[in-house]
Amino acid sequence: MRVSLTTNERQVAIGLSFALALMGLIMAAAARHGPMSVHGIMAMALGLGLVFRLGGVLYEDPPASPDRDGHYDDGPTRAGITMALIWGLIGMGVGVWVAALLYWPEATPPWAATSFGRLRPVHTTGVIFGFGGNALIATSFYVLQRTSRTRLADALSPWVVLIGFNLFCAWAVTGYLMGETQSKEYAEAEWYADLWLVLVWIVYFVLYIRTLARRAEPHIYVANWYYMAFILVVAMLHIVNNLALPVSLLGAKSFTIWSGVQDAMIQWWYGHNAVAFFLTSGFLGMLYYFLPVRSGRPIWSYRLSILSFWGITFFYIWVGSHHLHYTALPYWVQTLGMTFSVMLLVPSWASAGNALATLNGAWHKVRDDATLRFMFVAAVFYGLSTFEGSFLAIRPVNSLSHYTDWTIGHVHSGTLGWVAMIIFGAIYSLVPLLYGRETMAWPRAVEWHFWLAVSGTLIYVVSMWNAGITQGLMWRTYNPDGALAYSFLDSVRAMAPFYLLRTIGGALFLTGVVICTLNCRATMRSAGQRQDARDRPLAPQPAE
Amino acid sequence: MAQTHEDHREVDPVTGHDTTGHDWGGIKELNTPFPKIALVFLLLAFAYSVVAWILLPAWPTGRSHTRGLLGLDQGQEALAGYRELEAGRKAWMSRFDKPDFAALSADHALLAEAMPAAARLFQDNCAACHGSNAQGGPGFPALNSGHWLWGGDPATVAETITVGINSADPNTRVSQMPSFDWMAIADRQTVAEYVASLPSGKADQSSAGAKLFADNCASCHGEGGKGGLQTGAPTLTDQSFIYGQDVETELTTLAKGRQGQMPTWAARLSPEEINLLALYVSRLPETAAGADGRSAAAVP
Ligand code: HEC
Ligand code: HEC
Ligand code: HEM
Ligand code: HEM
Repeated sequence: MRVSLTTNERQVAIGLSFALALMGLIMAAAARHGPMSVHGIMAMALGLGLVFRLGGVLYEDPPASPDRDGHYDDGPTRAGITMALIWGLIGMGVGVWVAALLYWPEATPPWAATSFGRLRPVHTTGVIFGFGGNALIATSFYVLQRTSRTRLADALSPWVVLIGFNLFCAWAVTGYLMGETQSKEYAEAEWYADLWLVLVWIVYFVLYIRTLARRAEPHIYVANWYYMAFILVVAMLHIVNNLALPVSLLGAKSFTIWSGVQDAMIQWWYGHNAVAFFLTSGFLGMLYYFLPVRSGRPIWSYRLSILSFWGITFFYIWVGSHHLHYTALPYWVQTLGMTFSVMLLVPSWASAGNALATLNGAWHKVRDDATLRFMFVAAVFYGLSTFEGSFLAIRPVNSLSHYTDWTIGHVHSGTLGWVAMIIFGAIYSLVPLLYGRETMAWPRAVEWHFWLAVSGTLIYVVSMWNAGITQGLMWRTYNPDGALAYSFLDSVRAMAPFYLLRTIGGALFLTGVVICTLNCRATMRSAGQRQDARDRPLAPQPAE
Repeated sequence: MAQTHEDHREVDPVTGHDTTGHDWGGIKELNTPFPKIALVFLLLAFAYSVVAWILLPAWPTGRSHTRGLLGLDQGQEALAGYRELEAGRKAWMSRFDKPDFAALSADHALLAEAMPAAARLFQDNCAACHGSNAQGGPGFPALNSGHWLWGGDPATVAETITVGINSADPNTRVSQMPSFDWMAIADRQTVAEYVASLPSGKADQSSAGAKLFADNCASCHGEGGKGGLQTGAPTLTDQSFIYGQDVETELTTLAKGRQGQMPTWAARLSPEEINLLALYVSRLPETAAGADGRSAAAVP
């Protein structure tokens, strides 16, 4: 990793790293024991590590070359992709493990830290934030610079964002292992980690806006709209849902300020829009850049892009209540959530359709190029999972699907089929470019990865559809004499074959990720000198 | 930048549409006219929503909300559904409202209908502790062994289910295996070895352990540990154990005592359901030996 910083920037970076180490020390000393002090020590170690790393090169390495502004700043993107792959392995490794535990619960080791309840959020945080988040940050920097034809506004903030975000992820998952949780799904991390993420996110947003403001293109490309919606709305959701009162400033435990049904509604307003703006908007940004680049085709309809963007952004905000059908939440809120979810299908399919129509004229490439095929499959699964989502949001359908593995099937048709596939498409497009090569080191392995990913996803999703519908039907079947036809235990026993299949599907998918990681590593190690002369910022501007 | 994008428009050979003239490092967009079908679907989805808003509770109006023409209320709907099922069960379930177990167990047609339902009731409420085959597990007694702590006739079982054992119910059954921490360790070891040999039927009844047992334990566990006093103390001569009858576990039992808890079900199950379960449980030793509880229905 070659950091191209000026001597002055290196000094500021050392100052910041030192501040981080100091903050860690204060946290560790104040909390004395428990997760917060462990997290303090982690921050201190990271800060000190950075101080040494930067101090070692402060005067020794030549400072950044004066024509730095004539190049894009891709260091953070390279690092972000590496982090995404590492988190992908951790998150999906744990995913396969917890999937296996559901089939084989006796295998649970006798330590609290490795119980299902603690590992499950390690999986969700690891994949959503670690894998998805790093991929989003990395690609957003790349796309922002290319579509604005300008270098990132400054050289330090992208590193602050990347390192800060990964510290948040590491705090979160290690916290769960130590039993720390706010008990809010996808927002389990405790108050100090949440505050930290707010800081990181502000830096991210400011960097984005400043860079856009320097753009050398007259128009803002639609991918940037999606990335910005992702950054802005996630900030809003994160802050509101995580409002909490710490029991003490010296300990990890806090209590949310929301209570009762309001708490539930805020949580699922957050939860659904985490799906919407983290797992959808940002990745649509990714799709809108890498799909046309890789296929060499223009976006099929500019007008449709506009409709989808505003449609998705407007409708999604309303639909959180479809997670609370048939609960203490008033009926009228459920009706609104249901109807807006149905309307949401139209802009969602408009996006998927726009992506597929963009491939018109490039179908031969889809056939030959596994990287493009990843993106094609992503668009198809995006269409499938949004259709499924709108369907599940209809109350009577939800009465069958809710609490069952159908939800889990829907989740993974979205996350494996759409989110992970588009990430792989982006990674395989980017890594050769970032490391000066024509292709990945092992082009055939991309093909292997593609088929492992597709078959893994299908096995996972189909087995969970069957599992969920079986459960839902077993729970609601009554004999003519008015007695339940099955006990709950019967429905648990009936899950065994599906859980085994899901574990196999997950293992196939994970194997693909391992291959991808090795392939990326081999590519990074055999970096070339290839440079696209056109891949430069327009009108270099003096550093701020 | 001074140029307007009109200057950059070109025609895409594949679709025949114009591009918008923007170009971001090679990415272009087509000026494809807005596809009508998207608008049609948006209108359809909107129409569906409007209909739903008119029929169902939907929009907030300050302190209240629109009620919807159908006048639905989810609480009432749930209750109505429940009542309907309850009415369906009434025909046979109401027969269990009085604990006339002799008559009930003589009615084979009724049992054929009721026992499968009882099996599910057992699976849903009791199996978590007592095991899916009522075979028990560490800390939880087997209900299919034929040896009872309090008694296995349906009326006694019904009482156990209603009030629980060492439970929060004011009338709870109370039992306790007291701690024998005052007893010399050597004596504890001796009596434990004797008790451990009881299930084999080859225990030495003239040993020192037997003597210690007769003096300290038989008052609750019965002579020679045979049990059957129906005061909550188990027989120690059979093969089914609550905590374990190896010497090591017994020494823990003796040192710390034991007091298992069986919850009260008075507030969770109706009297009919309790009677139904009581009959089912009392028949477990004959019907379910080793089977999955379901077969209880098969044997009249
Ligand atoms: C939370 C665990 C738990 C659940 C659930 C539970 N039990 Fe029990 N039950 C116990 C324990 C523990 C004992 C033994 C108490 C003792 O050790 O003295 C017991 C004892 C009994 C006994 C007394 C057995 C005898 O030999 O006299 C009966 C009968 C019984 N349970 C029936 C049921 C039924 C029927 C249900 C379901 C409605 C049920 N139990 C649910 C824990 C449970
Ligand atoms: C006051 C009555 C009482 C006395 C005296 C008593 N016990 Fe118990 N014992 C019980 C009860 C009640 C239980 C069941 C406890 C439970 O289920 O939680 C029990 C349980 C046990 C068990 C566990 C059985 C199993 O299946 O795991 C053993 C072993 C045992 N007693 C041994 C002894 C020995 C040895 C003595 C004499 C030194 C003794 N008990 C004296 C009431 C008594
Ligand atoms: C190797 C692939 C994967 C496997 C084997 C796997 C397995 C699992 C398992 C077993 C659960 C728990 C289900 C339950 O509690 O019943 C789960 C939940 C979840 N996973 Fe995955 N997963 C994988 C990949 C992913 C990816 C890549 C993402 C996101 C990008 C993801 C997001 C989620 C989410 C959000 C949940 C929570 C769902 C809910 O609570 O409704 N998973 N996963
Ligand atoms: C039009 C778009 C969508 C709609 C209307 C929608 C709707 C729904 C509904 C109704 C549920 C089930 C709630 C329940 O019964 O508990 C759900 C769950 C979920 N969906 Fe979607 N969905 C959509 C798209 C997506 C996409 C694209 C993804 C992933 C990338 C996704 C991820 C999830 C997750 C993670 C959950 C589980 C939440 C939880 O219970 O933990 N959804 N969605």
